[in-house]
Amino acid sequence: MSSVYAALFFLATIVLVLGLVRKIAQYAKAPAPLKIPTTPAPVTQTGVVLRMFREVVFFESLFKSTKWTWIFSWLFHFGMFLVLLRHLRYFIDPVWLPIQLIQPFGKYAAFAMVAGLAGLLIRRIFVDRVRYISAPSDYLWLLLLIAIGVSGAMMTFVIHTDVVAVKQFFTGFWTFSIGDLPMDPALLIHLTLVAVLMILLPVSKLLHIPGIFFSPSRNQVDNPREKRHLVEWARKLEDS
Amino acid sequence: MAKAEFKTPELSEYIEVPDLVEGTMEHITCFVAKPEHQEALGFPGEKTENWKEVAIDKMGDLLSRYRSFRVYLDACVKCGSCTDKCHYFLGTQDPKNMPVGRQDLLRKVYRRYFTFAGKYFPKLVGAVDLSEEIVDDWYSYFHQCSQCRRCSVFCPYGIDTAEISMAAREILDAIGIGQKYCNEIIGKVHTIGNNLGLPGPAILDTLEGLEEDVWEETDVAVKYPLDVKGADILLVTPSADFFAEPHVDGLIGYGKVFHEAGVSWTLSTTASEAGNFGMFIGSYENMRRVSLRIRQAALELGVKRIVFGECGHAWRIAYSFLNTLAGPFDFLDPDYPVPQHICEFTLNEIEQGTLEFDKSENDEMSITFHDSCNVARASRMGDKPGGQFEIPRKVIKAVVNNYHDMEWDTIHERTFCCGGGGGILTDDLMEVRVKGAKPRMSALKNVMEEKGVTHLAAICAICKSQFTKMFPYYGMDMFMIVSVHQLVSNAIVMNRKTPPEEAPDYGEDDDE
Repeated sequence: MSSVYAALFFLATIVLVLGLVRKIAQYAKAPAPLKIPTTPAPVTQTGVVLRMFREVVFFESLFKSTKWTWIFSWLFHFGMFLVLLRHLRYFIDPVWLPIQLIQPFGKYAAFAMVAGLAGLLIRRIFVDRVRYISAPSDYLWLLLLIAIGVSGAMMTFVIHTDVVAVKQFFTGFWTFSIGDLPMDPALLIHLTLVAVLMILLPVSKLLHIPGIFFSPSRNQVDNPREKRHLVEWARKLEDS
Repeated sequence: MAKAEFKTPELSEYIEVPDLVEGTMEHITCFVAKPEHQEALGFPGEKTENWKEVAIDKMGDLLSRYRSFRVYLDACVKCGSCTDKCHYFLGTQDPKNMPVGRQDLLRKVYRRYFTFAGKYFPKLVGAVDLSEEIVDDWYSYFHQCSQCRRCSVFCPYGIDTAEISMAAREILDAIGIGQKYCNEIIGKVHTIGNNLGLPGPAILDTLEGLEEDVWEETDVAVKYPLDVKGADILLVTPSADFFAEPHVDGLIGYGKVFHEAGVSWTLSTTASEAGNFGMFIGSYENMRRVSLRIRQAALELGVKRIVFGECGHAWRIAYSFLNTLAGPFDFLDPDYPVPQHICEFTLNEIEQGTLEFDKSENDEMSITFHDSCNVARASRMGDKPGGQFEIPRKVIKAVVNNYHDMEWDTIHERTFCCGGGGGILTDDLMEVRVKGAKPRMSALKNVMEEKGVTHLAAICAICKSQFTKMFPYYGMDMFMIVSVHQLVSNAIVMNRKTPPEEAPDYGEDDDE
């Protein structure tokens, strides 16, 4: 059984990495022929980095838009961020000091994550406008993430699993010397769902993760009068 | 066309988010371009036989050429942030007028043909096959978007429905179903030089008339020159400025400002249009062709600077795209930005102290300012971000005593479109225009009631035309809309008098 999970995570990692690389290459390769930052926009590259930082870390535009969605999604994302940082301890040895320090916060962040997700799910069901635009996959993603969060929190707070063995399994993973995974249902559910998420990420709306960094309305400098912006296919029009 | 039968929405105290009512605007359609208008722009004259194939190919082509299109189709998580931001949704309740609802009309086809999930699990991700009904929906709902970018302000990924609308219209053009209004107008620009199809002699006649009017009003011989070689400034302004009200009062104002600033300037017959409808239909090639006229005119006339008149989408293309489409402008005076907005020019003169005003000339009015969507969210004025909000207001405040802004969440980057931008300003879309104007009208009515505002100033030809038409629907006076440079024109003190020997002769003393 342990080797089945090893194979699953091997596959999931490959699919995730290759899928993301392919998508990022596609985004990077597609030219942006016109200057279309949503203005007012920064007039320097440093300004753009700051704008992107505020957008990625604080969800600035969403904050301007609707406070409820902002609260739920920020709770979810920031909670998940802490949880993920905490999870680094299962992959590295020795555990870096910052990751050790984060441990208590990372544990309880699972509640923020699940609460945020639940809020988003309730909103999706009860706000008519959001219900209208939702496909089955939009609900399933929320349910999947909630299930991952709940199964994970179960192991932290209710039915503990043998985390030392889990760590041996994953650290051994890199060197192809697979240890024995504890056969606890919560752990197996948790890991299966995480693998599903990793596999589906590159073909789903989770592409908003790389997508935002390529969004021309957010990542362009507002300097069209000062600097001529011309992409290759547009240059060819000039030569003809 | 039968008289449109619809109810003008009632204005409420606050801009309320309405409940969804599906299909309220499904019946909307606009006239399809005739074959000759299509072919003049390089599009098929009629719906192509293999239209499905052509449409999907075109979508693939756009995906490879526009990063915005590619990223925006993937990145949406359906968070709903944009759903209550579009003025057309707020005025019509139709869910397909929510920005994401509109995008999904295209996205569901993209997913079906270009994504793994859509190819193998279409139901799961809401992907569908391209069909007649979908093309009908595209034609209807992508002509209910004014490309105002309000949704893009609030999207956590900056997804801009304007980009999706432009792509959709480009796909429709590629399968031979273009919009008459836009495509006929672009043809006129290509052949005659402006959107209205005004030939050179008609423009000259108008300008001479303006000179005579201004002479009679002020006893100063202000020139409105056309095709004058060697002038310092080429003024490119929307052709509506040559005849429509209140646009022409703005043009009179530009001339007075140039006169008092003591600069030489000229209009051009070939570039007698600031507007560029190539953007509305998403066609880089047409937008470029229209832009190149301006470069050509600047070269032929040997000017040193290019200044744009009051026009919203035109200023977006001028400010954001002109350098790309028709640059480099290294033959112009490097001390000035290319191009410059007339408000930048006027404010610069005000700050240098070359202009004198008598604000009391505007005292019978109390003004508020409408931030035109494409100026606000797709361009800039001056050196700093947000100059597009400050500079027109500074100009207005320099020439009027009574000024009040509308509610903070309806101005600046959150401004509501007038309802007529982006290729919608046509009578066959009157219902869309009236309903889409509702949020702006609500905010205006509030500032009228609370602050006693009497007039709305704007710097966009489309806004001015749209408001003139909309006010009567909402029980307001159609003359409430004014040009910013009309206010300047009213207040400016003409200090550079004309010596008697240079006085023009308009026939009163023609007894000699």
